[in-house]
Amino acid sequence: MSTKERSVTHGSFTLERTYPHPPERVFAAFAEAEAVRACFVEGEGWEVEAFDMDFRVGGRQTSSFRYRGGPLIHNDTVYQDIVPDERIIFAYTITAGGERISASLVTVEIRPRDRDAELTFTEHGAFLDGHDDVAGRESGTDGLLDALGEWLASSADGR
Amino acid sequence: MLNHVHSLDRAFQALADPTRRAILESLTDRPRSVSELAEPLDMSLPGVLQHVQVLEGSGLIASEKVGRVRTCRLEPEALGDVERWIADRRSRWERRLDRLGDYLDARRRDPLDDERGGGS
Repeated sequence: MSTKERSVTHGSFTLERTYPHPPERVFAAFAEAEAVRACFVEGEGWEVEAFDMDFRVGGRQTSSFRYRGGPLIHNDTVYQDIVPDERIIFAYTITAGGERISASLVTVEIRPRDRDAELTFTEHGAFLDGHDDVAGRESGTDGLLDALGEWLASSADGR
Repeated sequence: MLNHVHSLDRAFQALADPTRRAILESLTDRPRSVSELAEPLDMSLPGVLQHVQVLEGSGLIASEKVGRVRTCRLEPEALGDVERWIADRRSRWERRLDRLGDYLDARRRDPLDDERGGGS
């Protein structure tokens, strides 16, 4: 077996949304198995092989899935803090093809604003061992970065 | 409040200015000093230096001062695998939150339910 090169990169991001729905409904979408599966596990190109959820502090949510027939990806989530209709904190790891590629802490905050709900999603992640994203690239950001790379490269050639 | 400016945001901010793009383009040939960079631009040296600092802060270029001469070079690896990976994770969650919105909209019951405090 070859020696694996180890590294950790830390990254954080915050996302915000306002939904025209009461906070309880937004919270329920994180708390109910059917909603979690529909919103956070299913998706175009994703084949879900297993899904299980126990929504309580210390409880686990696990899922296994593939993106377009690729390697098996496993999500293991443990709930750290639950304040009904207001806050959920969970830690999750992603394993792809048998290798752990990240470990993250997520805080979801939900606040009422008039008749809407404001959601703030904050992730702090440790991205492990320089793994390229084996899950497959859905990201539009990726296309932008590729275009930038080409522009930089072509600017050099074009002269 | 989190004061993390994602490196990707910094890079795009750096690229959003035509002078900075011109600087990047001239650096794709070879490294250049700040005065060399300033020459074709209709701008004072301090003005150019400010742009250089923004580019350096974004990680798109690096510079070195030897004596009185600051030389700049392109760092094409700046938007490398790591940033791409984190950006990927972020945009994945963006999509999920979008799906959450669609899901809630699709499941919206009679608006009167909310006022009556109706639940399942």
